[in-house]
Amino acid sequence: MNYLIKTLSPHQQVGLLFVFVFGLLMLATVITVARAFRFTQLDKNVGPHDDIGSSRPLYALLKTSWLIVIIFWLSWSMGDRIATVLFGLLSFFSLREFMTLSPTKRGDHRSLLLVFFAVLPIQYGLVMTESFNLFTVFIPVYVFLALPVVSALSNDPEHFLERNAKMQWGIMVCVFGLSHVPALLLLDFPVLAENSFDGRNMFLLFHLVLVVQTCMVVQHLSWRWLQDRGRLKAVVPQISVSFSWLPWGMGVATGSFVGGVLAGITPFQYPAQALALSFVACVAGSLGHFVMKALKRDRGVTHWAGGTRSVTGAEGLLDRIDALCFAAPVFFHTVHWYFDL
Amino acid sequence: MLAQWMSFFLLGFVRLLTGAQARWHGCPPKAEQRIYFANHQSHIDLVLMWAAMPAELRHNTRAIAAKDYWTKSKFKQWITTAVFNVVYVERVKTGDEDPLVPLVEALHNGDSVIIFPEGTRGFEAEPAAFKAGLYNLAVKFPHVRLIPAWINNVQRVMPKGEVIPVPILCSVTFGAPIALGVDEDRRSFLTRARDAVIALRDV
Repeated sequence: MNYLIKTLSPHQQVGLLFVFVFGLLMLATVITVARAFRFTQLDKNVGPHDDIGSSRPLYALLKTSWLIVIIFWLSWSMGDRIATVLFGLLSFFSLREFMTLSPTKRGDHRSLLLVFFAVLPIQYGLVMTESFNLFTVFIPVYVFLALPVVSALSNDPEHFLERNAKMQWGIMVCVFGLSHVPALLLLDFPVLAENSFDGRNMFLLFHLVLVVQTCMVVQHLSWRWLQDRGRLKAVVPQISVSFSWLPWGMGVATGSFVGGVLAGITPFQYPAQALALSFVACVAGSLGHFVMKALKRDRGVTHWAGGTRSVTGAEGLLDRIDALCFAAPVFFHTVHWYFDL
Repeated sequence: MLAQWMSFFLLGFVRLLTGAQARWHGCPPKAEQRIYFANHQSHIDLVLMWAAMPAELRHNTRAIAAKDYWTKSKFKQWITTAVFNVVYVERVKTGDEDPLVPLVEALHNGDSVIIFPEGTRGFEAEPAAFKAGLYNLAVKFPHVRLIPAWINNVQRVMPKGEVIPVPILCSVTFGAPIALGVDEDRRSFLTRARDAVIALRDV
């Protein structure tokens, strides 16, 4: 079967990948829905809501997975430009959530306008034109200086450092970080003998997302498992009740292992390289998610959407993609330097 | 036709910018005659309240608009009549006609009304003291429900004096209806109404 796959064109290989992923998702959805029809005996010790409560995170995970896979499929099938625009929209919505919970003052109105309607389009324009040198330094160097100048011109010194730091953080996480994902799609890999990677960048992206998501899921599951056995103590309860070194280590180890196993779909020649790069991506993603939790705690919320309380309890967009926002730039630059592109 | 397109566009635009979440906390969206009263920070309030209504109720829930400001240009007049179906109200008392007459007419016709009792756009964190219009309407129409609403975060989207909006998530929270007490005087009723609106901020 390996030979069969190799005879397909890159486009067809990626198509096959999507068929596989959609198939898995559909299987998971059918199983989950079918389980809901199961008749359960009402146990005296189990309240009527316990069953529902235990499967709600699973439904949420399924919904998120569907959404992510559909977005990736759309971005691949409609071409690189559409992909960049799509991720630009994602940046827009997550930045909107971030800014909502980062109070700014009237004097910041012009700066915020620049952020949403100048910095974001320029950054994604740079991605689209594949100016990788400029798109790496545009935000950390030029925007970092320019934005506080505009804020200072509004003549309001109260909490000046705070306000500008909030805006810069928002741009770094939501715009800079996320823009590296379509940049991965646009990297031109060199022709490596018979195993050209051209046109199959989607595999690398899939690899990255799978590795990071695996790391997060395993971290969560192993925390639950160890917690039930009473072998954990919360390391930083003020920031995150569920963070602890052992589950974190297990998540990173599993993610790296999965990344190494899937080295065949990446342009890395040896599995050890895939393992090392996956390790880097996992560490960056999981610790980035941890940092975002600290930010949320600072604002007194548990998730980015909707302020102090949400009507439906739904998580925001930013909660779901923040690990990717941190892992993508680290991964992109490591790959970029490694291949000397 | 053009008005229809414009309303679609405005709905999409306001949702893209602000999310326009409607939170029916104290009462459901019902096809009964109501007076909604909310805090006023920006012109976006009008669009947000309108977008918060379910589609079926949008055409006969009419917001209040200051006549002197909104009839200045043809475009402004067209948008407030054809698209939003507002009730024009004189802000400055000219002669001895009651400025509430257009609102009273609208309520007699069976429409629901959205008013901003502060009278003008504010920028403070808390709304200014409410003007007497709400009390007079409550006295004239005892059977109409009075629903407080809090429009959240809008002062950051387009503060007074700015033209381009910044995307920030906004929501409209509707509270439980309040009723005019049997022998309640104007001052205490207006204070109670204002407190009801402020209380929705923390919900």
